Amino acid sequence: MPPREIEDEGRERRSYVIGLVLALVLTTGAFAVVGLNLLSGGAALAGLGLLALIQAVVHLRYFLHIDLQRSHRDDLLLILFTVLILLIMVSGTIWILYDQHVRMMP
Amino acid sequence: MSLSERLHPGLNLAGTDPEGHEAAEETLFGFWIFLMSDLVLFAVLFATYAAMSVQGIAEGPRPAEVFDLTAAFVETLLLLFSSFAFGLAMLEMKYRENRRGVLVWLLLTGLLGAAFVGMELHDYYVMITQHAAPPQASGFLSAYYLLTGTHALHVSSGLVWMVIMAVQVALIGFTTPVKLRLMRLALFWHMLDVVWIGIFTFVYLYGVAS
Repeated sequence: MPPREIEDEGRERRSYVIGLVLALVLTTGAFAVVGLNLLSGGAALAGLGLLALIQAVVHLRYFLHIDLQRSHRDDLLLILFTVLILLIMVSGTIWILYDQHVRMMP
Repeated sequence: MSLSERLHPGLNLAGTDPEGHEAAEETLFGFWIFLMSDLVLFAVLFATYAAMSVQGIAEGPRPAEVFDLTAAFVETLLLLFSSFAFGLAMLEMKYRENRRGVLVWLLLTGLLGAAFVGMELHDYYVMITQHAAPPQASGFLSAYYLLTGTHALHVSSGLVWMVIMAVQVALIGFTTPVKLRLMRLALFWHMLDVVWIGIFTFVYLYGVAS
């Protein structure tokens, strides 16, 4: 293999390893928050949500190789658009069903 | 910098296979559109679950009474290492086109994935037989089985796809179509791991924490 390819492969391999290590740390952290009762109530839910968000970004960045600078603009736009749709549908569903639930209270 | 020229999500072939790299752009963008619409499907199931796990308990058990966090943690690790192993299979394909190497990493990926599905089925078995928590017990449990079951079905179809790709790698070798199919399977597999982050956080951890 030419030296440039060896260098390239090293860089790409490093990306997967960094992704794995970060994901392991974040996953273990999230389970530790609940398993060891580090946080409770709303703080626990907020902390877990934040850890999940960071881990999703880590997976996208290091496993799916998507970043803000070098990725194809179409791919990135599609992700952002999908996230927008997801937020509208998920928050809308939860809001409407909660409202209905409250109205159904005896 | 050969790596700076990135045409699509996932590992790019720039640097080792310029022709395949060109061909990959359109094909992988199409598959990326499918993945994003698949995410919308999961998002709706998540939203249903979020409402049902709070307001749909009825006479059935609560989330914290039926979930086993140790099993969920092991499942998370299995899927994560499976995703990582697929990444190494793709590197083996890109830089060496070594059939043996790719097949070994694919086999490891598949075994970890199969272990994941097996553990989930075992979870269902324990929940139904020991906790009296079948899907029909409450809205919460219906939504739980629907969400995790849809994910498990995705993983299972990924495993079938993986077997087909292993056969193609062994018989056909690394032609451009075979490479592009492997690259799409890699995107699919990594994306299922991203969906699982949502499941272990919002289903298992939220269920036990709240």
